[in-house]
Amino acid sequence: MKSLGSIRRDFAPWNDPNAKPYIQFDNVTKKFGDFTAVNNLSLTIFEREFFALLGASGCGKSTLLRMLAGFEEPTSGRILLDGQDLRGIPPYRRPVNMMFQSYALFPHMTVENNIAFGLKQEGMPKPDIEKRVAEMLKLVKLEQFAKRKPHQLSGGQRQRVALARSVAKRPKVLLLDEPLGALDKKLREETQFELMDLQQELGLTFVVVTHDQEEAMTMADRIAIMDKGEVMQVATPAEVYEAPASRFVAHFVGNVNMFEGKVAERSANTTRITGASGAQIVVENGGAAAAPNADIVFAIRPEKIKVSSKKPADAVNALEGEVYDVAYLGDMTVYHIRLDDGQIVRASALNAARVTEDPLTWNDRAWVSFRPDAGVVLAR
Amino acid sequence: MSNIAVTDAAALPTAAKPFLTRLGAGFVNRLVIIVPYLWLLFFFLIPFVIVFKISLSQTAIAMPPYTPVLDFSDGVSGFFAGFRDLNFDNYVWLTQDALYFKAYVTSVIIAAISTVLTLIVGYPIAYGMARAPATIRPTLLMLVILPFWTSFLIRVYAWIGILKPEGLLNQLLLSLHIINQPLVILNTYTAIFIGIVYSYLPFMVLPLYSSLEKMDYSLIEAAKDLGCPPTAAFWKITFPLSLPGVIAGCLLVFIPAVGEFVIPDLLGGSQTLMIGKTLWNEFFANRDWPVSSAVAVILLLLLTVPIMLFQQAQARSQEQGK
Repeated sequence: MKSLGSIRRDFAPWNDPNAKPYIQFDNVTKKFGDFTAVNNLSLTIFEREFFALLGASGCGKSTLLRMLAGFEEPTSGRILLDGQDLRGIPPYRRPVNMMFQSYALFPHMTVENNIAFGLKQEGMPKPDIEKRVAEMLKLVKLEQFAKRKPHQLSGGQRQRVALARSVAKRPKVLLLDEPLGALDKKLREETQFELMDLQQELGLTFVVVTHDQEEAMTMADRIAIMDKGEVMQVATPAEVYEAPASRFVAHFVGNVNMFEGKVAERSANTTRITGASGAQIVVENGGAAAAPNADIVFAIRPEKIKVSSKKPADAVNALEGEVYDVAYLGDMTVYHIRLDDGQIVRASALNAARVTEDPLTWNDRAWVSFRPDAGVVLAR
Repeated sequence: MSNIAVTDAAALPTAAKPFLTRLGAGFVNRLVIIVPYLWLLFFFLIPFVIVFKISLSQTAIAMPPYTPVLDFSDGVSGFFAGFRDLNFDNYVWLTQDALYFKAYVTSVIIAAISTVLTLIVGYPIAYGMARAPATIRPTLLMLVILPFWTSFLIRVYAWIGILKPEGLLNQLLLSLHIINQPLVILNTYTAIFIGIVYSYLPFMVLPLYSSLEKMDYSLIEAAKDLGCPPTAAFWKITFPLSLPGVIAGCLLVFIPAVGEFVIPDLLGGSQTLMIGKTLWNEFFANRDWPVSSAVAVILLLLLTVPIMLFQQAQARSQEQGK
């Protein structure tokens, strides 16, 4: 499989076999009574990486973060940070800091004192604390709010205070638990880029927990997609999207069309798939899942499917159907096509030219076509 | 012309309506406030004025045992003539006899010490309750309130049985060979402290519990995360945030403890001096209603100070919106 680049140029320690892992989860299991929150999980995170743990609620991502912070101890397995086993080290002695989902700002302290709290615990000399607090306030652009109490701030400002407080001690690793969850959409988008800039500027390792795939895709160098306490795939955002490792990952990230079928023929470069209702699909290099006669799923993203009113002459893969639904979204149009075998295919077309007339509308006959390299073959 | 007349007529009710609504709403609002004010007038202010008037009267062997009585038997002029006999002699008397001053001071000191002891005993209880699993919290709360279902007097009497020289506590300690001679606890200030701490504990625990229970536990985690060991996190985060509960609990214990009569009388014996007991003696033993009324008025003034402090603290916490 071709390797896809990271969102940062020249930063891909995970491809370097000699790179030393910074955070290492070794066969970590965490049980709460009968419930297994994290199940025999192994994961490595590299220094200065922006790492995202993505999954639905209850998938164990927050437990993983809390184990790293020291609020929970693994039931079995070990966690290493920079070569040091973290077992038994209480949260107040770990060189990691956390930004809480609820922000957890101390309501009886001013913004200034909230930020200075960790530095005072460290026993940093007073002039240095003042300097560092001023620096942090400047970093999050809250200079004029230093003397305010948390309840006198807006949600976005509180989020910045929480961020400033958690990076003030210059931790080896910053843990962020749904850092943007409480912000409205517009503010969230702005803050995503600010967080990325901040991480670059401070040169810290960030581990962020989120259930928002867009957030993870935008910010992270690599994403770990989790389900039921296990990691389903760890890869760059592009790899996760373009080359999902499993049906679950393909479904979880973005929209996808799935064709169930059987591998009919496999040659050096191409694999021919027979769909459940007899449709023939030709795929370039099907990957490991495409063993002859194997039951597989062919997954393809909507934007990689072309919709046309006539059968394209040069198309390798073309299936006929009827327009079932059309949604005009401005920048693109989404078509739902009901194929003649009954399956509904979602296809999206970028509106590169101004749309003045609907090329296709409800109940029109239509063809969907895609290139042999547009999708991936996954185990069923 | 007729058109204008019609508009005028139509405009009149709409113009009058908001005015009537405003009057109506204002009246209803005032009525709502009047009810508690009437209650306070009849059950607090008028009795207080009567007590204050008696405190300005002179003791007399009569029924009621003071003069002037201030009634209308001699007409309206007789009622007002009685005012000439009112004076502050009883208040002067309170300053002349050291007994009263000492009784006030020991009452305040005993109440203050008891309040601190109740806080020390009550805080861990409230903290434990607030950190207990949510499922058993109602049960724990019930257990704190449960003693109220028995008469306060009976519970204080029970302490006599525990604390007396041949009582349960001494028997236990003697049988365990921890002591050779029975401890003298009953009829000492120690017994009063025990009695007050026991009786007023729920008044301390409940406000503390309510302020500790609503505290976000992630604040403690945040403090630990920033390098604060658990003990320091308690003093820097938990305790300051529970201060409204601490203040409320302390005032709820301190204010009634200052005027406490039953506990010093039953557990403190005749040697201990407290203002509630002094008041009782003046009223029932000496039948000196005017002096005991003066004692009561001064006690009320003394207690107004902590109540005002309490209200200030409440106003401040409301301002903070927390």
